[in-house]
Amino acid sequence: MRTPRWVPVFFIAPAVLVMAVACLYPVLAAFQLSGYDWSMGTPWESARWQGVGNFVEAFNNRRVWSSLWTTLLFAAVCVSAEMVLGIALALALEQKVRGMAFFRTLFILPMMIAPIAVGLVWRYMFDAQFGLINAALIAVGLEPKIWLADPLLAFIAIVIADIWQWTPFVFIMMIAALANVDSSVIEASRIDGAGWWQMTMRVKLPMVMHVIAITLMMRLIDAFRVLEVIYVLTFGGPGDSTEILSLHIYKTAFIGQQLGVAAAISVLLLTVVAALSWGALRLSNPMKDDA
Amino acid sequence: MQRRDLIKGAAITVFGAGLPFSGAIAQNRYAKYAGKTVVMNIPAHPHYDAMQKLLPQFTKETGIKVEVDKVAIGRLKEKQLLEMAKSSGDFDLGCYIVMWKGEYVSKNLIHPLEPFFANAALADPTYNMKDIVPIYLENLGLVGGPKGYLAGPGAKLYGLPYGAETSVLAYRRDVFDEFKLKPPENYDEFRKLLPIIKERTGMGALTSRGQAGHQAVHAWLLHLNPLGGSVFDDQWRPRFNDKQGVEALKFLQEVVATGPAGIAGYGQGESNTAFLQGKAAMYLDSTAFNGVVEDPARSQVAGKVSWALHPKGVRRSSQSGGLGLAIPKNSKNPEAGFLLMQWLTSKEQDKAVTMLGGAPSRNSTLLDAEVVRKFPEFITFVEALKYSNPDWRPIIPVWDKINVQALGVAVSEALTGKKSAEDALNGVVPQVTEIMRDAGYKI
Repeated sequence: MRTPRWVPVFFIAPAVLVMAVACLYPVLAAFQLSGYDWSMGTPWESARWQGVGNFVEAFNNRRVWSSLWTTLLFAAVCVSAEMVLGIALALALEQKVRGMAFFRTLFILPMMIAPIAVGLVWRYMFDAQFGLINAALIAVGLEPKIWLADPLLAFIAIVIADIWQWTPFVFIMMIAALANVDSSVIEASRIDGAGWWQMTMRVKLPMVMHVIAITLMMRLIDAFRVLEVIYVLTFGGPGDSTEILSLHIYKTAFIGQQLGVAAAISVLLLTVVAALSWGALRLSNPMKDDA
Repeated sequence: MQRRDLIKGAAITVFGAGLPFSGAIAQNRYAKYAGKTVVMNIPAHPHYDAMQKLLPQFTKETGIKVEVDKVAIGRLKEKQLLEMAKSSGDFDLGCYIVMWKGEYVSKNLIHPLEPFFANAALADPTYNMKDIVPIYLENLGLVGGPKGYLAGPGAKLYGLPYGAETSVLAYRRDVFDEFKLKPPENYDEFRKLLPIIKERTGMGALTSRGQAGHQAVHAWLLHLNPLGGSVFDDQWRPRFNDKQGVEALKFLQEVVATGPAGIAGYGQGESNTAFLQGKAAMYLDSTAFNGVVEDPARSQVAGKVSWALHPKGVRRSSQSGGLGLAIPKNSKNPEAGFLLMQWLTSKEQDKAVTMLGGAPSRNSTLLDAEVVRKFPEFITFVEALKYSNPDWRPIIPVWDKINVQALGVAVSEALTGKKSAEDALNGVVPQVTEIMRDAGYKI
C-alpha cells in the first residue's frame, strides 16, 4: 500500500509550524532589528533605518573583535576539556562497578543547577578573602590568588566554572551512546585479541562518532551563548578580559541601548557558530549517512 | 542657597495648592481606590526589604492592596524598560536608580509629580515636602533643570527619594585606638594612612568596589569629586583624564595595593563583606551600610565602628545617589500608585522604615531623638549631607553607557595594572567623545 503524498506533510506540518514560530521568527526579527537604530522604551515607529550602518559600526569596533577572540579562546578551551573529560568519565563508569548509579547522579548534578546560582557559587568559591579555593591552596602550602581581580586568573576561573557545569552533559550523552554499542561487536573484537585501548579507540569511539559530533556541536553552540555565569562571576572584567561576545551583546543592548548594533553583532555571532557547527557536522554527519 | 530656595519654593507652591480643599477630602482620599491593587516593581535591597514590612499597614489603613514584583538590582532597568515600553504596563510604581532619571524622562516613560500633588483629592495636606532632605529631592527627583539634572530653571519633579544615600567614612575604632591612629581629615592624611595601616596592622587599609563597569567607576568617583575633578567640563567635553582624574585613579590604585586582597574583582557585596568580616580597617561608601554594620548576625565588627565625614580633598564633597520612586506613564492605576508613594514617603512611614533598617529621606527622621538613640551615626550623616554634591556624576541619558562600557573598562584596567592611570583614562577619551557626539552634544 502506497502512502498518500499528503500524509508526511500532515504529520510534519505542526512541528515545522512550531519551529518557524519559536526559532525562525526571533532570528528574522534580529535580522530586521540589525538594520535599525532603536532604543528600548521608545516606540518602534521612532526607530531610524540605518541600512548596513550598524554592521559597519560593529565591525569597526575594536572591542567586538577582542571580544570575539576571547569567545573563541573560551569555547576552544572549555569544549576540548569537556569532551575529553566527559568521554573519559563515561568510559570509566561504563562498566558495572559498585555505587555506579550514585556516581552517575552525582556527575550530572552541576548541569541541573540554574546558571545564575552556578555563577554565585563560583564567585564565592573564587573569593580572594573567604573563598574555598584559596583556603585549599593555603592548606596545601600554596600562595592564595586574587582569582577574579587578575585578567588571566579570571579567564581561568570562568573556564573552570564552565567545565564543571557542562562536562556532565558530554558524560550523559556518551554514556547513553556507549550503552547502545552492539555487544556482539565488542565480543568479536575481544575474540580477535583487542586490548582495552585498541577496543576503545578502534571500535567503541568510532561506533559512537555520530553522537560525539552532535555533542561537540551542541557544546560549541552553548559555549558561544553562555552569559549568566560570566555575568555574575566577572561581568566581563577585569578590564574586558572575560567579556565574551554574548556579554558584549548584552551590554550593547541593555546598557548602551543600541539594540540595532547588538542585533548586528548577534548576526556575526550566528555566522561564526553556524560555520563551526558545519565543521563539527563534517566530522560525522548522522543525517547524511541515514539519507 | 539659590538651588535650595527653588526647591523650597516649588514645595510651598505644591503644598499650598492642595491646602484649601484638602481638609474635607482627606478622609476619603483612599476610598475611591479601596479594593484596587497597586503593582510595585522594586529591587532586592535592604531598604526595600524593610519597606515590605510596612505594606500590610498600608492596606489596612487604605484598603488598597499592594503586589510587589522584586528583581535583582542588576536586572531592574532592563525589566522596567521592557514593561514601560508597552502601551499598557503592569507597574503602578517603580523604584529606579538615580542614574536612570534623565533617560526615563527623555523617553517619556514616567509621570511628572506636580499634577498629583496639586490634586486636592489625592495630596496629603500634612505631607510637608520641605522636610525631605533637599539634596535627595534634587538628586533623585528633578529633571530638566541646569545640565538636565540639577535644581534650577526648568527643573520638574519626576520622582521622590526612597533609599537615597551619601558617602561617609567608617573606621574600626578598636584598631585605630590600638595602633594610635587618627581617622583621616583630608586626602593627604588619607594617602599617608593607607600604607601605615597595612604595615602596622597587617589588615587591609580601605575596602573598595573595583569590579569592571559601574562598580569600578563608582569607586573612582568617590575620590574624583573631593580631589577637584569631574567627568566633563562645562561644555560637556571630557576632562576626566586631567591632573585630578589621574590623581584620583592613582589614589584608587593605592587603595587596591594596600586594601584587602582582590579589590579589582569586588562588587558592592564583596567590598562590604571585607569590612564586616574584619579584613579592612576603613570603609568609604554609602550611608546605607550602617544598619548591617551594627547587626551582630551579619557583622563581626558590630560595636567597634565609628563614623566620620568623607575626607576633604581640595574641597569637602560627599556622594549623592541611591534609589527613588516614580510612576510609569503606562500605569493602569497611577493615582493609587501615587497614594502608596505619598504614604511611604510620609513623615511617619519614613521614620518607621528607618527604624526597621531602611534609609531615611527626611530631616525630621534624621533628627528624631528616638532614631538618633538607635543610630547615633546619623549625627555624622546629617553633617555629611551638607556637603553632598548633586553634580557628583553626570546624570545624562548616555551616562550608563559611558559608565559601564567606556570608563568602567578603563578604570578596571588601571586597577589590575594592565595600564597606567594616565594611559587608561587617555585611552577612552575618543570613545566617550563619540558617545557624546552621537547623543547630540556639540563638542
